[in-house]
Amino acid sequence: MDYTGDPAAEPIYLDAASAAPLHPVAREALLASLTDGWADPSRLYAAGRRAQQLHEAATGVVAEILGVRADELTFWPSGTSAAQAAVLGGLAGRQRAGRTLVHSAIEHSAVLHAARTTEAAEVGVDRLGRLDLDAWGRAVSAPGVALASLISASHEVGTVQPVDAAAELCAEAGVPLFVDAAQTVGRSPVPQGWSLLSASAHKWGGPPGVGVLVVRKGVRWISPLPQDDLYRPRPAGAPDLPAIVAAAAALRAVVSQAQAEAVRLGALVDRIRDRVAATVPDVEIVGDPVRRLPHLVTFSCLYVDGEALLHALDRHGFAVSSGSSCTSSTLRPSHVLEAMGVLSHGNVRVSLHRDTTPEHVERFLAVLPGLVADIRKEAGL
Amino acid sequence: MITLDCLGQRCPLPVIKLAKAIPGVPVGAVVRVLADDPAAANDIPAWCRMKGHEFVAGHGHQFDVRRVG
Repeated sequence: MDYTGDPAAEPIYLDAASAAPLHPVAREALLASLTDGWADPSRLYAAGRRAQQLHEAATGVVAEILGVRADELTFWPSGTSAAQAAVLGGLAGRQRAGRTLVHSAIEHSAVLHAARTTEAAEVGVDRLGRLDLDAWGRAVSAPGVALASLISASHEVGTVQPVDAAAELCAEAGVPLFVDAAQTVGRSPVPQGWSLLSASAHKWGGPPGVGVLVVRKGVRWISPLPQDDLYRPRPAGAPDLPAIVAAAAALRAVVSQAQAEAVRLGALVDRIRDRVAATVPDVEIVGDPVRRLPHLVTFSCLYVDGEALLHALDRHGFAVSSGSSCTSSTLRPSHVLEAMGVLSHGNVRVSLHRDTTPEHVERFLAVLPGLVADIRKEAGL
Repeated sequence: MITLDCLGQRCPLPVIKLAKAIPGVPVGAVVRVLADDPAAANDIPAWCRMKGHEFVAGHGHQFDVRRVG
């Protein structure tokens, strides 16, 4: 195996779907609001009022971008906590209708864990990772359904889900829909017809530790946590206001560039899809080739240990992630790859961001085939 | 029937063993893979699809593959 990474080469970060690098605008806003926005926004003195102003301004910016009212939106300590609050609070608000959560088989693991607290009906996907809409329609119209949950696009394979059509089926059945939009907010237009939505600033270039929860007017949501004496859904305790301000600034910046970035990164992803298929034998490019996230591509290399490939790429300065079982804490393959029935070992997810250049992609494409070949040779193939 | 005992082996080793064994299997014959890695149930059928062999059946830790062509 090749252990001769070039330590002098610039590290190349290709895991934006886990955490996008902090946007420069977010860094500036973070530093400014550390000075200006540290006070408790619920206090009545001048510093508190200033913090409250910043909080309201940040809420207003994000609400406008998502096309919702400011009083429908709250910030949570992470995208994960926002998604869990959406599911648990949405279920609690619909206790009288039933206790079944309908969800796709490719939801974020936080949603799947929340699903285990109640009755769950899982709806499958096809080989490309697309929701089975017929099965979805049957599932949401069954008796006793409290809530439905659909990820806007798979964070593992990039396939964009038919949220608008799924939302129509939910509306016909009178079932509220929660959309986990972590991978699409800041990159593509917000879908229509949902009742609850969550997002994560970490994925759009904001700092870690800022999640967004939207509960539309008229949707019953009951806090899964002991509540403050406040009328709106919100997490317990003081918000991380500087991080929230930075998150809102980053979102405004990335949304203004989103269309151009989707075109630029989409072309780079096309290049990766084509070249990996052409230069790495026995490889499966995973996910929908057309209806997909612009910045993310996943592939699986036959006979390759995913962990070995990740480490080999890391030694060459490339940061990527994997859905292979050997790279997960549970030692199980990714539930998304399993649901699609695609190869789970030797899996690599590459996700690009605003700092990714064609040269970075070329360097990755130049190094990858040799690393895969080395690992296969070691396995005696 | 050829049986490949891959119990206790982590993926991708069961699939590698299967790939190495398949040239020695007569066309149309079935090879049985015993594997308890949780990825085997997913990856052995995926290998069959990619390589054009037939995944006959999987029960528990036992997977039957028919060599095609």
